[in-house]
Amino acid sequence: MAQGFVSQSGQGLINLNHPDHYFHWGFLLISLANLVVIAIMLALFILAIALPFLPSTSLPNREKDQGDHQEDAAAGSTWTGRLRRFGLRYLPPNKLLPDTQPAYVASWVYVFGVLTIGGLVMVIVTGLLLAIAGPAWWHFSPLGRFINSMHLWSVELFMGFMAIHLWGKYWMSAWRGKRQLTWITGVLAFLVAIFEAFTGYLSQTNFDSQWIAFESKDAFNAGGIGAFINPMNFGQALMLHISLLPLVLIVIAGLHVLLVRIRGVVPPAEAGPQDLLGEDQGAMDPEVGQ
Amino acid sequence: MKGQLSGRERSQLEAVHWRGPLRHYDILKEATIAVGIVLVLVLLLSWVFSSPDQPPVTLRQWAQAQPTGFSQTALSELAGTSDSAQYGPPYNSGSQETQSLGPISPERLFGVRIPVNSAQAFVLRPLASLPATPKLRAALRSWAAASRAQRRRWVAAEQRALSGRRLASALPRSAPGAGPLPELLGQLLSMARSGALDAQLVAQGNFYTTNYTKPLLFLGDSWKAQKSKSYWGELVTAGHLRSSQWGVMNETGSWPGQPWLWLYTMWYQLPTNAPLSTSPNGDIAVLAIMSVLSLALLLVPFIPVLRDLPRWIPLHRWIWRRYYRQAKAEAGGRGSR
Ligand code: HEM
Repeated sequence: MAQGFVSQSGQGLINLNHPDHYFHWGFLLISLANLVVIAIMLALFILAIALPFLPSTSLPNREKDQGDHQEDAAAGSTWTGRLRRFGLRYLPPNKLLPDTQPAYVASWVYVFGVLTIGGLVMVIVTGLLLAIAGPAWWHFSPLGRFINSMHLWSVELFMGFMAIHLWGKYWMSAWRGKRQLTWITGVLAFLVAIFEAFTGYLSQTNFDSQWIAFESKDAFNAGGIGAFINPMNFGQALMLHISLLPLVLIVIAGLHVLLVRIRGVVPPAEAGPQDLLGEDQGAMDPEVGQ
Repeated sequence: MKGQLSGRERSQLEAVHWRGPLRHYDILKEATIAVGIVLVLVLLLSWVFSSPDQPPVTLRQWAQAQPTGFSQTALSELAGTSDSAQYGPPYNSGSQETQSLGPISPERLFGVRIPVNSAQAFVLRPLASLPATPKLRAALRSWAAASRAQRRRWVAAEQRALSGRRLASALPRSAPGAGPLPELLGQLLSMARSGALDAQLVAQGNFYTTNYTKPLLFLGDSWKAQKSKSYWGELVTAGHLRSSQWGVMNETGSWPGQPWLWLYTMWYQLPTNAPLSTSPNGDIAVLAIMSVLSLALLLVPFIPVLRDLPRWIPLHRWIWRRYYRQAKAEAGGRGSR
């Protein structure tokens, strides 16, 4: 990597290694850094709604029967054949990797889902890089410190994008039309991510992780979890952080995205019947409600 | 538009594949661009801001900075009055920190799973590992042989000698009536100042070390007893890391921390007449509140009011404004035809 990019002193271009400013309003006490992060998130959310989306031309929907599948006679009745038919039925190629979107998917709010995926990918890649040379390497190596910085900032971006994504999906009530499970898997991803981040903070092997381990143990113990998960047991926290929890997070996020592909993006809350039913069908389609 | 479909019909129609107009879309291109954007942002942020890394505190630093503070804590371990010695499950059978919600106490339910005997683990066993001088051996033997009442008298005498001194001051030259305690505490202090105690507490008879429960509990006992005057307490208070300072959200230096924990830590700060930060059952109360709220977030699609709010405050009209505008224009067009 370029010499100039990896700081030899471990310091960034702007040195944040000094006490932060804190703002005190009533019972609220917040650091400048956290305040800036929250302000940027709110600004991004407002901008995503307010800014006009890229222009696009509307295409007529010719595939009225996209949801239906053709029987694959050759598949036979083996379990692999049944699995294949099951897969094709719920996730035909044009749903898994579509080349069209409903025309209403035209807002910057939608990009926060895929940005969250981008954040997750970066979190995992930088985490794997950080793990290669062991848990304490990054304290002493400029390259290690840089990769640790990348891991930290991927996490801040991942969590930030995910929160904006959550706000967006809430105000779109995107659980409509049998999409409740999409919402539920999303919230599960959020909760697991918080716990994953927590074990990451415990795994830093520095001042921060000492204090977090000591302070958090009381809440863990109070809830009875402390009998099984001990934040002061560094080995346990590190193992959870780099094996089980990321796996669970990836599986939940994968399920979440597959559910979105299976169900299709939720239509606008006040979409007209002619769009939901198809242009030419004035009356209720008897097949629709099954 | 809305009146034409019943709620259930609408819900069923929203579940089927979209029959309305489409636009071109390349899902893989979108994903690639997203990863690219995040990569560039991450490289930039890392280059400009780097990341925090304040070195850990050690028992050695603590003993060097606050000999009296260290020895007061060690004395409380021997006397069985420290926070860890009286903690309760999962460490021992005390009850100082045992929390319950009404009759429910998960802590008590699971019992002692990580046994810690503070006097043995933090003071007596480390001292026994030192090369035994006759004086140290005699002091250990007389402590072990003494009756409870005798020990209590020694502890009281040592406390008198240590009290009223600044935590950073050196140990008193003498402690009349404290029996073997000056020798024991003096030896432990020099062991800590040399760094040997750090190693001893994590090793505990094993070559490999992955568990820091013991040194953290010992260090933490000074914070629990001496609060912001303790060595550790001074540092965390200056860094705004205490839980009563919304510290759960904060990071060392001027980096952002875990802002997503704002709601969790907020309950500890609320200016009620019995703040949860000082309530003996504060943690379990906050855990209960957060469990209920997490469950509510999980079940938003099914909870009246929560699921209706986006309909009552129709931000979605703005999000899908292009669609609604076109639909309106088309409906108008159809109407006039
Ligand atoms: C690991 C974290 C997450 C990832 C990687 C992720 C990714 C995505 C992606 C790529 C989409 C489709 C694009 C879009 O509509 O934005 C989506 C849709 C959705 N997400 Fe997430 N998401 C995550 C967490 C969440 C959370 C925390 C929630 C809410 C609690 C949530 C709720 C939803 C819902 C309801 C949809 C369906 C949208 C629709 O049908 O229009 N997701 N998610």
